[in-house]
Amino acid sequence: MADNNPFPGENNTGHIWDDNLRELSNPPPRWWMIAFWASIIWFIVYGVLYPMWPVGQEPTKGILGWSQMDEYKAGVDEVEAVRAEFETQIKGMTAKEILAAPGLSQYTVASAKVLFGDNCAPCHGGGGQGGPGYPVLVDDDWLYGGTIENIQQTVSMGRKGIMTAHGKILSDTEIEGMANAILAGDPMSDPNFTQKGCIACHGMDGKGMAVLGSANLTDGIYRFGPTESESQLESIKNTIKYGVNDVTDPMTREAVMPAFGGRLSEDDIKKLAVYVHKFGGGQ
Amino acid sequence: MSGNENAASKQSVMDDLYAESAHLHINTGEETIHAKRMGGYWRNIKWLSAATWIIFFIGPYFQWGERQAVLFDIPNRQFHILGVTILPQDFWMLSLTLLFLALLLAVATALAGRVYCGFFCFQTVWTDVFTWLEEKLEGKPAKRRKLDKSSLNLTKVRTKVTKHLIWLVISVLTGISFVAWFYDVFDLWRDLFTLQASTVAYGTIALFTAGTYVLAGYMREQACFWLCPYARIQGVMIDKTTVVPSYDFHRGEPRGRIKKGQSEEERTTGDCIDCKQCIAVCPTGVDIRHGQQEGCIMCALCIDACDEVMVKIDRPKGLIRYESYDSLEANKKPQPLYKRPRVWVYIAIMSLALVGIAYGLTSLAPLELKAIHERQPLFVLQSDGSIQNKYTLKVLNKMTMDIAVTISAKGPEGLVMVDEDLVTTARHGKVTPRTVFIRVPKPLLTAETAPITFTVRGEYDNEMLEGSRESVFIGPKL
Repeated sequence: MADNNPFPGENNTGHIWDDNLRELSNPPPRWWMIAFWASIIWFIVYGVLYPMWPVGQEPTKGILGWSQMDEYKAGVDEVEAVRAEFETQIKGMTAKEILAAPGLSQYTVASAKVLFGDNCAPCHGGGGQGGPGYPVLVDDDWLYGGTIENIQQTVSMGRKGIMTAHGKILSDTEIEGMANAILAGDPMSDPNFTQKGCIACHGMDGKGMAVLGSANLTDGIYRFGPTESESQLESIKNTIKYGVNDVTDPMTREAVMPAFGGRLSEDDIKKLAVYVHKFGGGQ
Repeated sequence: MSGNENAASKQSVMDDLYAESAHLHINTGEETIHAKRMGGYWRNIKWLSAATWIIFFIGPYFQWGERQAVLFDIPNRQFHILGVTILPQDFWMLSLTLLFLALLLAVATALAGRVYCGFFCFQTVWTDVFTWLEEKLEGKPAKRRKLDKSSLNLTKVRTKVTKHLIWLVISVLTGISFVAWFYDVFDLWRDLFTLQASTVAYGTIALFTAGTYVLAGYMREQACFWLCPYARIQGVMIDKTTVVPSYDFHRGEPRGRIKKGQSEEERTTGDCIDCKQCIAVCPTGVDIRHGQQEGCIMCALCIDACDEVMVKIDRPKGLIRYESYDSLEANKKPQPLYKRPRVWVYIAIMSLALVGIAYGLTSLAPLELKAIHERQPLFVLQSDGSIQNKYTLKVLNKMTMDIAVTISAKGPEGLVMVDEDLVTTARHGKVTPRTVFIRVPKPLLTAETAPITFTVRGEYDNEMLEGSRESVFIGPKL
């Protein structure tokens, strides 16, 4: 092939197409070769210094002893050190004192977001906006009271309100009348409210009792709001008819706030109480 | 018959191709360019333009009041430029500055070619200084080539080591000077000598030292050929009206050496005597007589070289000169500036950028407010029948001292702000967040969303400062 090469004295491989299109075998530029060898040296040095070779059960450790896990732990320690200043203060304080200290309550609002997201958000929503069947935490209407102590107790001990199913005591017409009066915000306008004993739990004025966890029926905020399948009126009727947590009625509404006392530390509960109080409805 | 003709025409096409490829010589760096250094007009201009880089070395030492005059304080996210302090929030001005500089590059290129490459680029300037030192230590190009080829001996080692040491010193100083723009310069020197500077500082200095040493010492014109994106971008901004260093083809060709005894009158050749001085002085090793090419950084040194020769042989100067393609090849008159829309568009954009920067600098608000509306939930019904919205307001205080501020809101009728009298301390140079609750009685709401304006006020140095921000108040569907 080299004998009839029309381009002698040139580094071509002898592969020639279309008369003059030929493959040359020029060496790569020197800078390229330097970079090529430098990257190979880099690879070897890196392999000696850092974990790399998959030999045996575990890869080689590298002589620097660096590991991703250590770096992560160091990062966590760094954050913990920043937090420690606040966390030690929180340990020795009550929830009310934390709430009153501006720096600490700000820290709590920022840091308890994760706690709230992990433990509370599944039912109460990421922003405390509630959900179908679960109470709103951002308004100022509280079943069990909205002071910081009340909230702390609710988180720690849990809550389980009871309302008897009235389907056997009240006729459908009576329930209809009562529900309409409640929807109008004026339950006392229906004489049955007093006569059938609703006042025993909801109070003479229908505003509920925090001790019992009975709902305020006059403010337009409902424990069981409307859903896709039932209007607000339907919802009120169903609550009256089947009650809440009434074991004798299979259709009863279930409304249980679990106790977090056993699951979370005392400090975490304090922080959550402050966090919920700071939603805007705390009293 | 026709077969023969075919073969002949094929042969002539081939000849053209061979001739063309013979010209092509792409400098891939297998050979070091040892450019000849000559004095001259453009050489002096080049030193002057290179001198602007002195600012890079001495700039950090200037003080403004209590601090460095220009300091880009990245850890504290504050950028001091003389009397002005710019926080990241005002950084949009940086994009305008970059736009301005990019367009300056464009307009300069459209008018006079790669002026930046030839006269101001750090690659050109540092390489120039490095090769100047090389000439001082190792001698003229011919001597340098001989030295490179010679076997190792004590003199060679001594000159080479001296040269590399000086190069390294310049490189280290370059690195330190760069870092000094981001690090108080006196602290930097102290920390460097006491080995207490940050890893980032050492790393950056090391990177710049290596970069300077390799790029200016070894890569040189190869950086312009293969690394630099600007070189390529600038090339496409040149058109036929751009004035660039050009070889006057009509005057110079056919080129021919001066023959002994021949008088100027009987000369049949052009003005170019093929002395190759233009190639000898070229720092990128190109032949300007082939016309514009990617390797030419338009440093104009070939103009000096050619002029000097022309003076010696008593021919008019300017065989190589700044000239546009149009006036050289097509013999057209240079296009007047007002007929070059491209230049005007560039200048218009530059002016817009300048106006923007001027506006930004004169209207730097000392207090800035951001309002973030709570989204989960958008609104809350309160037991008194009002609708409550929650906002996180972020107060940015750009002054140098904390300011006690109050926040007020204006919006839908019946609006009540919870804790309106609360005084917040806006920390200086930082963002201070505050939660704000706004309540509006439900019956008074006339629309699902209503505009609301928050205003932050604070007193600083007996002056009332103010900042405001619009947001929305959201209520239930009506």
